[in-house]
Amino acid sequence: MHGFERHRRSGRVITTMTGWEADLLRSLHRQVIELIGHDPAAPERDPLEALLDFDGPTEEPDDPALARLLPSAHRSDPEAAAEFRRYTEPALRDSKARAAADVIETLEAAGLPPLLTDDDLVIDVELDPAQAQVWLRALNDVRLALGTRLGIEQDDDDLWDALPDDDPRLPAYDVYQWLSVLQGSLVDAVMS
Amino acid sequence: MPSTASPEVDEGLETTLDPDAIVLTSRPWVTLVWNDPVNLFSYVIYVFQQHFGYDRKLAEKLTHQVHEEGRAVVSSGTREAMERDVQAMHEYGLWATLARDE
Repeated sequence: MHGFERHRRSGRVITTMTGWEADLLRSLHRQVIELIGHDPAAPERDPLEALLDFDGPTEEPDDPALARLLPSAHRSDPEAAAEFRRYTEPALRDSKARAAADVIETLEAAGLPPLLTDDDLVIDVELDPAQAQVWLRALNDVRLALGTRLGIEQDDDDLWDALPDDDPRLPAYDVYQWLSVLQGSLVDAVMS
Repeated sequence: MPSTASPEVDEGLETTLDPDAIVLTSRPWVTLVWNDPVNLFSYVIYVFQQHFGYDRKLAEKLTHQVHEEGRAVVSSGTREAMERDVQAMHEYGLWATLARDE
């Protein structure tokens, strides 16, 4: 992975990634969609009723990763927080799930097959400014969910970098680090 | 030439038309962004520029404030406007709340 770079003439941002990396990204974004869309606490609903209803939940989700994606809007006023959540959470869930789905769609349009079998596959990902913005938000959501699951804290890099090779958290932390580099390169490319 | 305006009248006018007082009463709410161990510094700067249209310098200043003081007021206005800002911040994945300006 070389990270994103800006193509001067078109203003688009481009990167090259292996099929394995693209497949990992697709899997991570699917997990975000699942996390957002299938909250086990939410009761089953009739699709038409769900479509016409702006009456969202009023409680913060129990799952810390989901709660980080859908935070409370009022810190010291639970009633106002519940009211805000009721009106805005369905749209916020929708917006995040759509961003994740857009990333998957871009990867598949760039040549990632439904089932990855070719070990040597390399794909070129090219994003216009609007797509780049969606990717930034979606990558950030994956990092928020993964970072919350891992228990990332302020300035604790040394701790994580010192993890022994057999620590069960190491593979997830490596993915988290990789996502940070990828998102960082995308911000830099967009802002350059 | 004698002065036509008495000092009392001038003072009265000044108080009523004080621009700060007008701004204060029409902008009683603020959007706060809280520090977060996951969000990249550069991404937060990007979000402030993108959503609020702030220049790089102000966006960087606010991001530093969030990081060092744990939070920063990033916008102020009516409650409805702050609700829109908070919702936008949540879409970007920033940890934001709204509150009455103090």
